[in-house]
Amino acid sequence: MSELDLRTAAASATHVRRVRLSVGEVLASLFVLFLVVATIAPGVLSSIDPNAISAKEAFESPSTDHWFGTDESGRDIYSRVVAGTSTSLLIGISATAIGLTLGLILGVLAGFGGRALDFTVNRVIEVLFAFPGLLLALLVIVIAGPGPVTATIAVGLSTAPGYARIIRGQLISIRSSGYVEAARVLGHGRWRVLTRHILPNALAPLVVLATLGVGQAVVWAAALSYLGLGAQPPAAEWGAMLSAGRTYIGTAWWLTVFPGLMIVLTTIATTVLGRSLTRRTAANA
Amino acid sequence: MNSPLLSVDNLSVSFGDNTVVHDLSFSVNPGECVAIVGESGSGKSVTARSLLGLAGARSRVSASTLSLNGRDLSTASDRDWRRIRGSQVGLVLQDALVSLDPLRPIGREIGDALRLHGGLSALAAQTRVLEVLSQVGMPYPERAVSQRSGDLSGGLRQRALIAAALALHPPLLIADEPTTALDVTIQARILDLLAEIKANGTGILLISHDLAVVSAVADRVLVMKDGRIVESGDTRTLLNHPREEYTQRLIAAVPTDKPRGTQLVPGAPAVRTPPTLRTTDAITPVLEARSLVKTFPAPGGRFRAVNGVSFDLARGETLGLVGESGSGKTTVARLVLALSTPDEGSVLLDDRPFSELRERDRRPLRRRIGAIYQDSLSSFDPRMSVRRILTDALDTAPADDRSSVAELLDSVGLAQSVASTRPLLLSGGQRQRVSIARALAARPELIVCDEPVSALDVTVQAQVLDLLDRLQAERGLSYLFISHDLGVVRHMSDRIAVMKDGRIVETGNATDVFDNPQHPYTARLVADAPRLASHSA
Repeated sequence: MSELDLRTAAASATHVRRVRLSVGEVLASLFVLFLVVATIAPGVLSSIDPNAISAKEAFESPSTDHWFGTDESGRDIYSRVVAGTSTSLLIGISATAIGLTLGLILGVLAGFGGRALDFTVNRVIEVLFAFPGLLLALLVIVIAGPGPVTATIAVGLSTAPGYARIIRGQLISIRSSGYVEAARVLGHGRWRVLTRHILPNALAPLVVLATLGVGQAVVWAAALSYLGLGAQPPAAEWGAMLSAGRTYIGTAWWLTVFPGLMIVLTTIATTVLGRSLTRRTAANA
Repeated sequence: MNSPLLSVDNLSVSFGDNTVVHDLSFSVNPGECVAIVGESGSGKSVTARSLLGLAGARSRVSASTLSLNGRDLSTASDRDWRRIRGSQVGLVLQDALVSLDPLRPIGREIGDALRLHGGLSALAAQTRVLEVLSQVGMPYPERAVSQRSGDLSGGLRQRALIAAALALHPPLLIADEPTTALDVTIQARILDLLAEIKANGTGILLISHDLAVVSAVADRVLVMKDGRIVESGDTRTLLNHPREEYTQRLIAAVPTDKPRGTQLVPGAPAVRTPPTLRTTDAITPVLEARSLVKTFPAPGGRFRAVNGVSFDLARGETLGLVGESGSGKTTVARLVLALSTPDEGSVLLDDRPFSELRERDRRPLRRRIGAIYQDSLSSFDPRMSVRRILTDALDTAPADDRSSVAELLDSVGLAQSVASTRPLLLSGGQRQRVSIARALAARPELIVCDEPVSALDVTVQAQVLDLLDRLQAERGLSYLFISHDLGVVRHMSDRIAVMKDGRIVETGNATDVFDNPQHPYTARLVADAPRLASHSA
């Protein structure tokens, strides 16, 4: 029987993993591609200057000249949405990076630092958890003053405790796992066990979380900008655009709908991709 | 003879295009025990489940006859099945811990079935619960009714589950691997209980991978392979005159009463000389344990898991460490592997300190003691392929004496194609082979084998035991072989140490311990080791 088993097992392993994407995954990937191009080369997607004022063209509804219409100063909404991508995305990604780094530091301290440090770090995490995320971000801004950089740091800080918890839990369960013991029994050193077994296994699920996190961070950053605490007008940032357009929401819906749509689509796209990553990594584990 | 209790003709079960049971026909009479024996994947459990209408959502079950007590079941609806289960057929599964609700007391668990199906009043149900609990030999049934399944030991939990299955007096009991998760002594008691139930007139359909286990109670045996019955007959005839090669293989695989050096897989050439009897104690042992003590915190003081254990192990020798769950065997293994530090006593490697060294100083010596675990899957990094796992281990071998991945795979009888696979995709036997290959990679002198075959089917167990035997002969390895199964330990060991409650109660040459046990506990272990009925008769 073992002969037969060997062949089937080997066959399935050497079989090239064909990635089959669902419709949702294809659409999400295309949208993310659009975001990336808008960030790196906005000129490819729109030739109109996002800050060009034209009093004659104020409040034009969507047309072939202005796909998403124009605002109260006659600025083209479509090119502003494209131009705002880099700000929103940059805040989202940097905030997630800050949250992950902080979470990693706290998580590793708690997971490896011994009982006293674990206790201390855990209390710190709990205090951070006690504040709703956005409230914590607001607190940071109150102290450090508004602006895109503080908004980024604030959002990063408020996501850190969640990441720290997950990393700590991962490290603790992996530290006492059978394969770490097996590596110790073989005589592998601490550093090698840490870098080859513990960290890769603890960090793998974070890739998925970070993907989901970027979407969330974009929403939070937009929320802060909407409140006037993040990117400041006239900067083309989605949240700031929403805020500026809300006065005219009854007469010129396109001022708010299109930036709002971008926020929604970004969140959906990252969620869809994060979910499919989760499924794929789980299937391969 | 009366008409059969259960008759099955041409039973087929398929999932989609995949037929897993082909044209099975058999019958069970009242007061008779029929056993279906086969390896994992042979279709025996699916057969049992289809007799309860539980074959699965996407399954297709067909049979020309499927009748119980004269009633046709082939057309039963879901509603009919619910009435049949429990009252007509009782089911006992392998793991009682998952089969019983952990949050509900045993009495409620059994009583509910009675009120639901039996229409008994609360009081009558309670009386019946106590009655059936004492029938299955539950000590203090009055106390057991208020206990939850987690409070009970494995053996008692299995009794409670059998009690639940018997509560409604079903004429047929289906037991699917009812003793596989249990210690040998408890297994023997459960088998006695099944024999008693049978004597009371209940028909039993017993499912197992282990021919020795069923031979104790079964009147007739059906040997199943790839969804088909390859051989059937009354137990005695089948064991003494097996016609099919597959049955012969199953019989040969039972290690109990097969002395050291006997091949368990027929056909392969014998590789091993008879046991090396120790003539002198003058040789320096490769491993020595001196009065090891290990305690763990417990309510009301510290629990002494290992309580003054001493032994030594010579080069090329196998010391079998046998005992039941909780006797401290695995703690001893962890102390020897320096995965935990003894509270008292020490472990010496080649007459030099090992357990007393600082980790930094011990690390270079670690490769000399290898390890094979029961649950080999969790001992592999889930991100790594077999090749990565083996290259990782090869790094610890002395630079001038390093084999290749290909050589390692070859030496444990695995195909080269396995290298690119992840252990998750391998079968249990293959995983254990990878585990052995990893242990060999570091060129150890000694391997600690902690229940290396307990999770495997007997036929696969036989292959792995033969492999360990061959490797020892080729490489002069020493084994510390830990198992709860005295039959397996006896087959593998030169000397045996019997552990109970953290102490070694008896040590000696394997044959002496087995043939002439001194300690009553050892005598019980010997008596309860699963053996083929034809040998003991």
